[in-house]
Amino acid sequence: MKKKSISAPYSPELQNHLTGKHLLAFEIPFSKELLAEHLSNGYVSEACGVQSTNGSYHCVRCGNKEQTMFYTFPCKICDRDCTYCRSCIMMGRVSECAKLYRWTGPGIQFTIPDSVMSWSGTLSAGQQKASDRVVEAVKGKDEFLVWAVCGAGKTEILFPAIEAALLDGKRICLATPRTDVVLELSPRLKEAFPAIEVTTLYGGSAERHGFSPLTVSTTHQLFRFIEAFDVIIVDEVDAFPYSIDDSLHYAVDKSKKASASTIYLTATPSKRMQRLYRSGKLKAAIIPARYHRQPIPIPEMKWCGNWKKKLLQKKIPPAISRWVSERLEQKIPFLLFFPSIEVMEQGIPLFQMLSPNLKIVHSQHPERKERVMAIRNGDVPGLLTTTILERGITIERLEVAVIGAEHEVFSESALVQISGRVGRSFVHPLGTITFFHYGKSKAMIEAIDHIQRMNRAAWERGLLDA
Amino acid sequence: MRVDAKLICKSCDEKLERITGDRCSMCSRGLAGNSSSGELCFDCLRWEGNGEWSGYLSNNISLFHYNEYLKEIIAKYKYRGDYALASIFIPYLKEMLRDIEYDLVTCIPLSVERLKERGFNQAQALADLLGLRTIEVLTRIDTEKQSKKSRHERIALPQVFHVTKNDLLPNQSILVIDDIYTTGTTLRQAAKALKKAGAKEVSSITLCR
Repeated sequence: MKKKSISAPYSPELQNHLTGKHLLAFEIPFSKELLAEHLSNGYVSEACGVQSTNGSYHCVRCGNKEQTMFYTFPCKICDRDCTYCRSCIMMGRVSECAKLYRWTGPGIQFTIPDSVMSWSGTLSAGQQKASDRVVEAVKGKDEFLVWAVCGAGKTEILFPAIEAALLDGKRICLATPRTDVVLELSPRLKEAFPAIEVTTLYGGSAERHGFSPLTVSTTHQLFRFIEAFDVIIVDEVDAFPYSIDDSLHYAVDKSKKASASTIYLTATPSKRMQRLYRSGKLKAAIIPARYHRQPIPIPEMKWCGNWKKKLLQKKIPPAISRWVSERLEQKIPFLLFFPSIEVMEQGIPLFQMLSPNLKIVHSQHPERKERVMAIRNGDVPGLLTTTILERGITIERLEVAVIGAEHEVFSESALVQISGRVGRSFVHPLGTITFFHYGKSKAMIEAIDHIQRMNRAAWERGLLDA
Repeated sequence: MRVDAKLICKSCDEKLERITGDRCSMCSRGLAGNSSSGELCFDCLRWEGNGEWSGYLSNNISLFHYNEYLKEIIAKYKYRGDYALASIFIPYLKEMLRDIEYDLVTCIPLSVERLKERGFNQAQALADLLGLRTIEVLTRIDTEKQSKKSRHERIALPQVFHVTKNDLLPNQSILVIDDIYTTGTTLRQAAKALKKAGAKEVSSITLCR
């Protein structure tokens, strides 16, 4: 697939390893001599990993400029006081004396078979329209937003665009803040594009080497790339931590070429993105309907009194207790969302009196994956969770309740995503979503409004069945 | 810098498990049930029952249990190279050092290659931030020199340390600093080398065990 130049005065293996990358010496498994030779021939360039301007440090790999996230120590490598970046230290220490290397030699020529895509599914009318626009967008160098409701089938929309870009000889990256999403997308892309190499990158992943036309990566891993991609697609663009971590934006920007197009995907664009869309500065395709052509269930709001106080008194507010008991009786799987690990841990022994099999899940929980699997298989009747499960999961017949929905962690987008877990399948397009609260918040009202607006738009565009 | 002020929050502090209560009088291991404080743990009894090793290390003081949380911190500190993390241990170490008497303090050295790779010695960084004046009296015997030793010597726990400043040691109480006490082998090897070179007494302080 990759055409190697025959009498090249450079190492094709090094070229393959380093093209589009931004790596420390220990990440380059070639001899020092080979690297030095390529440096002097101009095929590779190097830069100090931490640099300072006017006494202020910045990290060239992750873009960190927060001075408290730098530390100076007596370094035995350069035998001087040397400053390193603490922000991206988990990827190997970048310091004043540690160089970052990149390939500056000839680009890699690769050929793509004409029938690169084996996916032959059909798109809904809403998907098709959005997909056509994404195909257009990847030809240019602009930003484009796909605003598609939870369950619209966002990934399939991308397939024709990825195909078109590949046939155009472009290098593509599908990035997302969440490892869960990378793990879910990677096999689907490998299946859809079996003739090409697909690289999968996340913290702890094994594949790390070599050039491939298509990369699926966490936004975090993009720190190791520089001017690599012609097309970058950021899925779940409003998800934590991309939403609050500027260095991840830096990573995405650094990883793409100046001529690259950028596609954002989400069901819940940030206020900023929505503003850019409304003012016409950001072009977007909106898919207001689910693939199964049924409206999205609307959450109901239920006052439950001072839930915080009740839980401290070791009591479940009666309204919540009734809700849970009903689902246990009818054997409907459910998720109970809590505002914090602390509140959830107060609650679990109380809920386990209703059913001893109820379990908790949070970001630091070692059995997170197994427990989600257990509710899917019906081994566990329900889970108590933090917002960690707000997106990316599909469970047949699922219903959800939010405990303390007025809490600030439940933003409009979090509540829309949580609601988006319900009614996702053809067989069970309905289901209950309950926001239990002690005083409505603006976010709760906006979330419901958001879903109603989408349903209305879907009706108007004829994307729902009567 | 205010070294006495803790640099970590309450919830992180709580995750660090201090070694308290009954412990082995030699290596600081927490003793469960059947042994009482002041006695030796099973491992130390074995060390001290072996003529090759008995009587070299007087005692080791460890601050924390090497639990999952501390494993994470130490890995980030040592292997990722986050030197700044050394500072979080300083207040605890200071408190401990108040009760220890010694004439000379030194650190377990890294090999030259390791030091060039990591950029710092994790034990030395602790000593430096404590403001201790350490003297490098030990070096690691490199593998080539080690390979010249007899098979017997290598199999029966080869000596990995070489004393460089023999003249400084006679009649001195030496305090050795290291990050982790695992099996105690490293510290006993250091103690043996130091005592053979004339040191009066060797004790050690480690972050965890």
